[in-house]
Amino acid sequence: MKHGRAFWLFVGPFAIGLLVFVYVPIGWSLLLSFFEARNTVTPTEFVGLRNYADMLTDQPFLSSLGTFSVFAAFIVPLTFVLALALALLVNQISFLQGFFRSVFFLPTACSYVVASLVWKLSIFNGVRFGLANTVLGWFGAEPVAWTVSTSPPWYWLVLVTLRLWLQLGFYLILFIAGLQRIPQHLYEAAWIDGAKPGWQTLRYITLPQLRTTSVAVVLLLLIAAYQAFDEFYNVLGTDRGYPPFARPPLIYLYYTALGSGGQDFGHGSAGAVILTLLIAGVTLLQGRVITR
Amino acid sequence: MKALRYLALSLAAVLFLIPFYLVLRNGLATEQEITAQSWTFWPSEIHWENFVALFSNPAVPMVRSMVNSFVVAVLQTVGQLLLCGLAGYGLARIPYRYANVVLYLVIATLMIPAAVTFVPTFVVVSTLGWVSDLRGLVIPGLFSGFTTFLFRQYFLNFPRELEEAARIDGLGHWGTYWRVVVPNSKGFFAALGVIAFVTSWNQFLWPLVIAQDQDSWTVQVALSTFLTAQSIDVVQLFLAAAVSIMPLVVVFVALQRFLVRGVTETGIKD
Repeated sequence: MKHGRAFWLFVGPFAIGLLVFVYVPIGWSLLLSFFEARNTVTPTEFVGLRNYADMLTDQPFLSSLGTFSVFAAFIVPLTFVLALALALLVNQISFLQGFFRSVFFLPTACSYVVASLVWKLSIFNGVRFGLANTVLGWFGAEPVAWTVSTSPPWYWLVLVTLRLWLQLGFYLILFIAGLQRIPQHLYEAAWIDGAKPGWQTLRYITLPQLRTTSVAVVLLLLIAAYQAFDEFYNVLGTDRGYPPFARPPLIYLYYTALGSGGQDFGHGSAGAVILTLLIAGVTLLQGRVITR
Repeated sequence: MKALRYLALSLAAVLFLIPFYLVLRNGLATEQEITAQSWTFWPSEIHWENFVALFSNPAVPMVRSMVNSFVVAVLQTVGQLLLCGLAGYGLARIPYRYANVVLYLVIATLMIPAAVTFVPTFVVVSTLGWVSDLRGLVIPGLFSGFTTFLFRQYFLNFPRELEEAARIDGLGHWGTYWRVVVPNSKGFFAALGVIAFVTSWNQFLWPLVIAQDQDSWTVQVALSTFLTAQSIDVVQLFLAAAVSIMPLVVVFVALQRFLVRGVTETGIKD
């Protein structure tokens, strides 16, 4: 009993908040997902599984999952390989190591909104004075309408390079931490056995030793890509709305549940439940990795 | 080989710094220089008066939104460290019949990223009447299952001898936590605190959803509104971006040690 009072003194405030701001919303949303709930959060018209059926046959919703897949197919391997490569390079030098690490980490200080601003209005501005078009101009090429052209879909180049720049430093730090945990004697033993520093030690010592880090990085990258919203909204969105293409799940949900067409919490909640179940599967894997 | 490494790193470093260069160049130049036929590498003179124009532009609530962002980030950082630290310690150290039930409830939330449930959270927060309200911006973000979990893992490894010494001196759980555990865990608190501050300052989706009146905008919402508006003043927009990253640049320079530790603590636990 005495322990009970102490326990709730410590855990109580957090537990109440968790209940009100995490569990109640999830429960409420489950409830709403079975109702017709346009512009109301206390609906009366029970519709069973209709919202779910609507969502799972809704072309824009399904294509938002497709958009996520395309985005993830680019951003996950690119970030992984480049962060690992730069981490290996940074880890091998001694002079200016801290400087390089700071430079690659500095973009983490920027929000996706700031990065979107730079990418949309400066680097990939469709007019002649945009940086990318200026460089193309030096080689005599015509300017490209980066963010509005759909064939070819140049906006992918804009969105992928943006996220790559912004998130690479975070994963670089994780890889460097992983590299520094590898015991030096493993390399020394390998050299004595005649392994050459370089590809051989990378292939047979470094990469296997980085296994835990690598699995965690891939999962973190996937989860982050799944939640992509900020740069899509700010690069492609305008005050007239969002174009019909390149809508990842959260963008789709945002415009369904809170968009200008009125608040549709029934469909929005059903969508949120489906997306939550999908991501819960992936994070369950991550939970295994981090709690191990 | 060594020279090649430095060459590759230097090239990458230049590429990584280009966006910062562009923010400064565009923010301190004139519109004519930015839109000129040939690339202006650096404004012929620095136009400091752009700051005056930005801060006196009635359409850009720069001061207000920076203050909002700052208040939100500070409250979320302090609140999270306080609530999640206490909860993490209770879960790690106070034996109680239902402690495991609570722990499972915390761990279950780790599977669900907060961003994915923004619609349900909005439903609850709007029912409480917290739309366009500081409470709506700050409070829902305080209860991070992940932070509590990290604190629990950390406290599990806290040296028990220190706590037992405090116990012998007659301190209860509460006294032990505040007088012994917290003062001996400053580095860990600082690491998670810096991450919380940076995350809070840069968050966008939740403030976009909840801060609907201009008076409650955070700086990210303000920037985004001008970015997606019909007609924009490019120079002021970039200067505003520069101003908005200043606080974090200060944090990065002053607290990098904690930041790096925070990244490794929150990224991977092993």
